Amino acid sequence: MVAVVPLLSILYEVIVRGAPQINFHFLTNSGLEGGIGPAVQGTLIIIGLTSLVGIPTGVLSGVYLAEYGDNKYAMSVRSINNVLTEFPSIVVGITAFSVIVLGVTGSYSPLAGAAALSFILIPIVARTTEEALKLVPTSIREAALALGVYKWKTTLLVVLPSARAGLLTGILLAIARIAGETAPLLLTILGNSYFFQGFNAPMDALPIRIWIDARQPYLNVQAQGWGAALILILIVLSFNIGVRVASRGRLAR
Amino acid sequence: MIKLTADNAFKILTAIIAASAAIILTINAYTLTGGSMPVLQRFGAYFFTGTTWNPIEGREMFGALPYVLGTLVTSAIALLIGVPLSLGIAIFLAEMAPKTLKVPISYLVELLAAVPSVIYGLWGLFVLRFWMQNYIETPLSTYLSWIPIFSGTPFGLDILTGGVILAIMIIPTVASVSREVIDAVPDSIREGAYSIGATKWEVITHWVLSYGRSGIFGAAILGLGRAVGETMAVTMVIGNAIGPSAMPTSLFKPGQTMSSLIANGFLESTTPIEKSAYIGVGLILLLLSLLINIAAHLMVTRVLKIKGGAVE
Repeated sequence: MVAVVPLLSILYEVIVRGAPQINFHFLTNSGLEGGIGPAVQGTLIIIGLTSLVGIPTGVLSGVYLAEYGDNKYAMSVRSINNVLTEFPSIVVGITAFSVIVLGVTGSYSPLAGAAALSFILIPIVARTTEEALKLVPTSIREAALALGVYKWKTTLLVVLPSARAGLLTGILLAIARIAGETAPLLLTILGNSYFFQGFNAPMDALPIRIWIDARQPYLNVQAQGWGAALILILIVLSFNIGVRVASRGRLAR
Repeated sequence: MIKLTADNAFKILTAIIAASAAIILTINAYTLTGGSMPVLQRFGAYFFTGTTWNPIEGREMFGALPYVLGTLVTSAIALLIGVPLSLGIAIFLAEMAPKTLKVPISYLVELLAAVPSVIYGLWGLFVLRFWMQNYIETPLSTYLSWIPIFSGTPFGLDILTGGVILAIMIIPTVASVSREVIDAVPDSIREGAYSIGATKWEVITHWVLSYGRSGIFGAAILGLGRAVGETMAVTMVIGNAIGPSAMPTSLFKPGQTMSSLIANGFLESTTPIEKSAYIGVGLILLLLSLLINIAAHLMVTRVLKIKGGAVE
């Protein structure tokens, strides 16, 4: 029971302090006009970029592990993935900063942020993909192969589609996880009061906006931070609850 | 020679993509070791045992000891508070809860894991901080300030609050893994215990927990791994001390962990040697968390394997 108190208190405070902030103006205008528009835009951009790179890479890695993963190479990939999912996220931020901010773009950049978050996303998606594909009965694969379908076509057109619910669940949960990541973004996209400025300029994002606003002494700025927190928690929790409701519906049937 | 058919091409393609894991690991390891070389070469052992953190050019001194200790102390507090709570939840869910309560409670505990850490930090900074200051730290310091660890003025932004927020954050991990471990204890153990007249309390404390103890220990270590790597929430409540004053000598003192040091200072660092010092702290943090996680995985998988054997 005690464990539920913090969760309820967090939800209560975020809603009570954040809800009065929320309106159309707040969501679409920059910080100078009292809004969190750049942060909303930045979070969408960073999630989009990360998904573009991370989801195909993660899913195909998972396909390899599930379909051809009966060898030493796959075992070592699996254990490396396990190690990567436990990486302190700020360490990933340092790496993306050193490699991309210093080496490639020469300044804080959405690309560096996306790279850092992909490092976090890929191992998670690879693991959940492998688990989802292993749940597909072997008989389905055998049926397709018996019809003379090539193995790669079987995998892409038969196995992946039959695992789509599990895949989708894993991917949505992984995105929800990276949407709230702050530490790696802090070191790579820095935060910005203005809307998107290009791929070699700092960018804003909701978690960074919360972090910056919370440290300001001005009550109205702190209130904006609570508003940003409400939006972020709505995104993350709706992904989680959505996934849960969807999978329960399937199981009940 | 393998014939290049579409099938083989697909297999090789996915195998290459699967190598991304190794590439990510290599990039991280290479960057961190390479980046921390300058500070390790210049300060050597002092970097691990020193307490001064002075980035002023010409007078640089970088010692990471207070932050290593800060991480260890906050994580230890997190375990002391978080593990008993998590075990309580796990026992309740696995052994006692009626079905109607089981699902919603385990669901709420899972949601606790989904809340982003920066929101824990925000809540910690504006809510938990005052709970700690008013209801816990002030009474403790009034009556127990003669004990060194309770000395100092309770301000709410200190090592204890950092540890408490970590305790809350590790509950979902520790609770769900310990629940799996408790579920894995064969029913024959419980039946055997009941049949010799043990009460429910005795069955759980003497038999179930001792049967699963190495798994529960593993769950706690897994929680420790999460606590060690956690950044934002701790950074926002720990008070961010620097240098010798960051040594965790009292619970009511502002402190600093390795990750909060990096989050606070990395961007403001100006000289290459200072940047290298932060990367060096990152390297220590990475090695510590890897060590902890590998140990935890070994323990948990060993127990769950026993379960596989027992159920078959």
